[in-house]
Amino acid sequence: MKVKVRYFAALREKVGASEELVETHAQNAIELFHQLNKKHNFPLDPGHLKVSINRHYQDWNCQIKADDEIVFLPPVAGG
Amino acid sequence: MFVLSKNPINQSDLPANLKAPNNGGIVSFEGLVRNHNEGRGVCSLEYECFEEMALREGNEIIKEAVIKFGVTDLYAIHRYGHLEIGEVAIRVAASAPHRQEAFLACQFLIDEIKRRVPIWKKEHYVEGVSEWVACHQSSCGG
Repeated sequence: MKVKVRYFAALREKVGASEELVETHAQNAIELFHQLNKKHNFPLDPGHLKVSINRHYQDWNCQIKADDEIVFLPPVAGG
Repeated sequence: MFVLSKNPINQSDLPANLKAPNNGGIVSFEGLVRNHNEGRGVCSLEYECFEEMALREGNEIIKEAVIKFGVTDLYAIHRYGHLEIGEVAIRVAASAPHRQEAFLACQFLIDEIKRRVPIWKKEHYVEGVSEWVACHQSSCGG
């Protein structure tokens, strides 16, 4: 299946793109993270990131499905 | 209403409903770009936002405040893009018949926005380097 992954802040700069379409067999967000981490060597690990699926915060073990929009969110710093 | 703005936040720019005749007071908070952070001199910064989720999450926080404090006239605007020292980064306002719920709602809004809304800050330091705030694994505190 294909999913869309978007990148922001430190992850966007490391990846060199703000989004990519990813072909994956990952069942959940943490499996997808590990798949992509091999390619991009992200500067933050899951303990320092949160994950959103279709613009809602979710747990790392939340199931993903085709066409989902997934974001690994660095620590927020608004305000 | 939660709003994102690339343009400077106008200090007189509050929605008219906050001055509805049943409200007796407005509590507002403005966050400004300061010239230092954790002992380092800051000369300017960038805010980057995940716009669609930030708007959804920001408006969800406002809905929660309405339920929690019974206050209906709430407003928050967050700037993004490049900001200079002294510019307004965020403005939050709560209007209510009495001051107590206005103070409580305003505090809740700023605290939850800082905690949950997907906005990131990159500081440009006087020594010429730039860093994303809170994006070092060693400084994230687990």
